[in-house]
Amino acid sequence: MKHSISVLLAAGLITLSQSSLAQKTASQSIDEYRAMLQDGNPADLFEAKGEGLWTQKRGPKNASLEKCDLGKGPGVFKGAFVELPKYFADTGRVQDLESRLLTCMETLQGLNAAEIAKTPFGRGEQVNMTALATWVAAESKGMKFNLPQANQAEKTFYEVGKRLFFQRGGPHDFACASCHAEDGKRIRLQDLPNLTKNAGDGIGVAAWPAYRVSNGQMWGMQQRLNDCYRQQRFPYPGFASDATIALGVYLGVNSQGSASIAPAIKR
Amino acid sequence: MADPMRIRAQAAGDKVTVRVLMSHEMETGQRKDAAGKTVPAWFIQEVTAAHNSKPVLSAEWGPGVSKNPFLQFAVKGAKAGDKIAVTWKDNKGDTRTDEATVT
Amino acid sequence: MKKMTSKMRVILAVTSASLVTLGCATGPSVAELNTLTQQIVKASFRDQGIVKASTLINTDETNKVCSEADALGKPLDEKTAKLIEEINMKTIKWPSDGKFIGDWKEGERIAQNGRGLTFTDDDKTVNGGNCYNCHKIDEKEISYGTIGPSLHNYGKIRGVSDPNSAASKPIVEYTWGKIWNAKAYNACSNMPRAGHGGILTEAQVRHVVGLLLDPKSPVNQ
Repeated sequence: MKHSISVLLAAGLITLSQSSLAQKTASQSIDEYRAMLQDGNPADLFEAKGEGLWTQKRGPKNASLEKCDLGKGPGVFKGAFVELPKYFADTGRVQDLESRLLTCMETLQGLNAAEIAKTPFGRGEQVNMTALATWVAAESKGMKFNLPQANQAEKTFYEVGKRLFFQRGGPHDFACASCHAEDGKRIRLQDLPNLTKNAGDGIGVAAWPAYRVSNGQMWGMQQRLNDCYRQQRFPYPGFASDATIALGVYLGVNSQGSASIAPAIKR
Repeated sequence: MADPMRIRAQAAGDKVTVRVLMSHEMETGQRKDAAGKTVPAWFIQEVTAAHNSKPVLSAEWGPGVSKNPFLQFAVKGAKAGDKIAVTWKDNKGDTRTDEATVT
Repeated sequence: MKKMTSKMRVILAVTSASLVTLGCATGPSVAELNTLTQQIVKASFRDQGIVKASTLINTDETNKVCSEADALGKPLDEKTAKLIEEINMKTIKWPSDGKFIGDWKEGERIAQNGRGLTFTDDDKTVNGGNCYNCHKIDEKEISYGTIGPSLHNYGKIRGVSDPNSAASKPIVEYTWGKIWNAKAYNACSNMPRAGHGGILTEAQVRHVVGLLLDPKSPVNQ
């Protein structure tokens, strides 16, 4: 009697440890797969393309983007990414990277910013926009996020971004916070960073633009936010609209001090 | 003309590690688009590499290789300053050659 | 859309007033920031596919009140929370045929399905419950989320051996109600209101209840 009970117990324990081992192996395998992906990141291809586009004379004005001011003075691209979004006196607006690239493509090259903003991701000029964003981000690789909050417009946008982050809506009542306001949560098997604070190097804003292996696409932050809103069952956020920029300020300021790994690689 | 490859060739001892990123859709020919039509096959079929013009690698690829493929290989006896050239040919007859200098 | 009762108006006015007194000395006040945020929402979002921007702008009081509480980091006071729960309780549509328990196999399919209602779906898409995104349900499914609590052994833990018995009625009704409108039981719950939000049909809710409460369901093994 005693013997059979201990056999049962032993069998029970083995079953338990097997299922927890199976669980660990699944997550471990996913981590190993992701580590393997780091080598040979196709984001490199987009980075190279973007680098070429910066110096290439294009548009009705047949000019390059070499005089573009990304916040550290005309033509300065090193370190610019980790200080965006910020306030720009020439437009009187707080702008993120992709918004600022739009401004430069229009004022320097004569391209139509409104048309580019309306173009779906992955088509026409948006392909070039993504390549440029990838390259500019790469020029800040390893640097720490350090968004300015000196200007009232920047402070206001932080507050607006915070409200947007917690704004519930759509048929599911989802907000960004539904997934990203707690530590240690995951959706299915995808870990979710807590974006209400500094979640660590290479997390959140510090991980985009990124190449997504699952669909072979290069995504900038605008596309990342767009797809979040799509999954929240929200309506379509305009490309480089104030809502997306304000969110970028909130997320970026929260990430103060974290190191950027962009352009990264994702599942 | 297809987008350029990114080639990095680094010497360590008597071996050079070559890492190549190719820009290619690598369409299997099995996928259907949103309208239900099959997307035609379009993939790299042949990859060759040369060290200072001497062939060192030849590969036959198929639709199992992913989009924007990454290839890594080692060349024995190569050293800094040498040239590594990589060529791919796809099933549509398109081809691309890029070269890198070993560092 | 829901009509605002005078009771709700008073609650909102009181909440806004207390928020204003917390405003900063320089820069826009909390109320001004709230207004600016809504202006930015109106200017930034557009209709796309089957999703209308107006539904976001005109979201209901539950979402408005809970969003504000979340942004402030201050949970709702008991009175307001009770009021929100009452409002949501009134929206629950109980089964038209009195049947609460459906087919757990269908329920599992609905729980696995995360499609529907996005701006890339069309109105022919059958909505899923999205349940595994947040919950552990059938132990065999290892790809589960942890945003919500585990539902493993849901019925078993609650002692439901016969969901049609009188003893099980409270749990059965609670389960239906929770899925139909989670905010009826917890004002600012993170859980979507599957029935009230138009995500799942009555038939689909019935199947999910079956998944959770049928003693033969894998959930209760």
